[in-house]
Amino acid sequence: MTYLLRRLAVFPLVLIGVSIVVFVAIRMVPGDAITAMLGTEAGLLTPAQREALAAYFGIDQPWFVQYGRWLAGLLHGNLGISSTYGKPVLDVILERFPLTLELALLSMIIALVVGVPAGVFAATHNEKFSDLGVRVAAMIGQSTPNFVLALLIIYTLSAGFGVLPAMGEFSPLWQDPLRNLGQLILPAITLGFAFAASVTRVSRSAMLDVLSDDYVRTARSKGVSARGVIWRHALPNALIPVVTLSGIEFGYLLGGAVIVEQIYALPGLGRLVLDAILQRDYALVQGCVLFIAFNFMIVNLLVDLTYVALDPRIRLGEQ
Amino acid sequence: MRMLRAVFAHPSGRIGGVIVALYLLLAVLGLLGLTPHNPLMQYRIDRLHAPDSTYWMGTDLFGRDVASRLMMGIGQSFTVAFFSVAFAALAGTVLGLAAAWFGRRWDGVLMRLMDVLLAFPAILLALLIVAVAGPGTRTSIVAIAIVYTPIFTRVVRGPALSLKAREFVDAARTFGSSSSYILTRHLLLNLVAPLTVQITLALAWALLTEAGLSFLGLGTQPPAASLGLMLSDSRNLMETAPWLMIFPGVAIMISILGFNLLGDALRDIFDPRMRRAIA
Repeated sequence: MTYLLRRLAVFPLVLIGVSIVVFVAIRMVPGDAITAMLGTEAGLLTPAQREALAAYFGIDQPWFVQYGRWLAGLLHGNLGISSTYGKPVLDVILERFPLTLELALLSMIIALVVGVPAGVFAATHNEKFSDLGVRVAAMIGQSTPNFVLALLIIYTLSAGFGVLPAMGEFSPLWQDPLRNLGQLILPAITLGFAFAASVTRVSRSAMLDVLSDDYVRTARSKGVSARGVIWRHALPNALIPVVTLSGIEFGYLLGGAVIVEQIYALPGLGRLVLDAILQRDYALVQGCVLFIAFNFMIVNLLVDLTYVALDPRIRLGEQ
Repeated sequence: MRMLRAVFAHPSGRIGGVIVALYLLLAVLGLLGLTPHNPLMQYRIDRLHAPDSTYWMGTDLFGRDVASRLMMGIGQSFTVAFFSVAFAALAGTVLGLAAAWFGRRWDGVLMRLMDVLLAFPAILLALLIVAVAGPGTRTSIVAIAIVYTPIFTRVVRGPALSLKAREFVDAARTFGSSSSYILTRHLLLNLVAPLTVQITLALAWALLTEAGLSFLGLGTQPPAASLGLMLSDSRNLMETAPWLMIFPGVAIMISILGFNLLGDALRDIFDPRMRRAIA
């Protein structure tokens, strides 16, 4: 338990650290925010107008005042105003987040549905030709960058079948579920591919470990069928590392898949961050990065908690 | 020499080793400019020329030879990957050893700092750094190095802590060995194995990250070639000139595969207990 308490105690510390890193980093960006915001039109501003704008966005204050204000606002759920969208940062983020969340969930489902059976199959056919096939496929899957795969998918579809992925205006799940799924399925396959490969490798090795354990041998000698041993006895224990891996990967995906969203023209969190960086929308970059890091940390914490819940040995070992 | 023989006795080590060696050769040739054509020369009459005996991989929109640009790109990508991983490994080793050796407050502060860096998804942190320092090769190196430093710090700190508690370190101290002698002679030497594995795998990630940053237009800047940039440029010409996408795409994939295979083989060799567990 002490381990978990320590993790919980460190959590706010790390979060403050993250907020400082983000805050300081953004202020080190060369050039000023007003010019970035207005582009060439910034040249038309009178000095008084410029000052008024700077005061409006609060960027005329020294950095520690800005940080203090930002932190105080943060505690009230106020992440500031996005200069690109003219809206509260949190609203902009929450508009984009459902897509990213849905994409992450879909990719994880694909990865687990493909990866776990493939891993179990390889483990139960250990050192046979089919095992080798799965391992080679997994290795190739793990080495394929998602942007290469995305382009290959788009090319195969357009050159081979004359179809293009459904881009255009994005329709949320609750408005048009079918169209939404049509738009997200290819990006989800793209992201799920390497993820499935990692799940395959981890479930295969975990399964191999478990299958050589004493209790599996006992179950077998008691006359439990081979299939029963695999699904009832071995798999639940072999899934522990798979849960950890999936959680960590899921946490990454919640940060938005910058490149894949870019290729498939999806308005998710990843593209929002990239655009915010390119537009020098200070408040939005800060808000996004903090939001993503916060999610990432929460997911990692949950992964640890699940790990402890699934593997009682960890708890007992610490008492 | 014994190491090399062990790598080649391992099936994935053999394949990974050959791939990596081949890429290293291409990278060196690309960096030295020993390419079939000048990678920056625009052969205007031969724009978007399909692959043939003159242009092995075709030409791009400006009539530049894709094979030559690919070699230049591999040289570029490998330069970024090697320097960034070298910096990350060096910084991570120093920080990890410092945390383990000094312990207590040092350890706490250093590791919390690393926790802060690890709280960012890798590509996000890299993007943030590039946003601050501006796009380019040098920034890519710095960004990737910063992203991977905490990972090396953790890899070094764990084993270093357990080594520090071992009898031979106490013994060395009793004999009057200096801290720096113990650190380099006893700790660092025993960390060679985990570090080698980590460096090989980190090279695969670094290649991936470099390609990703260049793909987004934030890494290598034109007219220089990089695999990610070539891939990004191919997007609008996919149907008329698919070779522009296929060659750099496959080149990135195989290079990462090579390092992954080699990394797995090294892990097997250094830790025979893991042999069965790794696919």
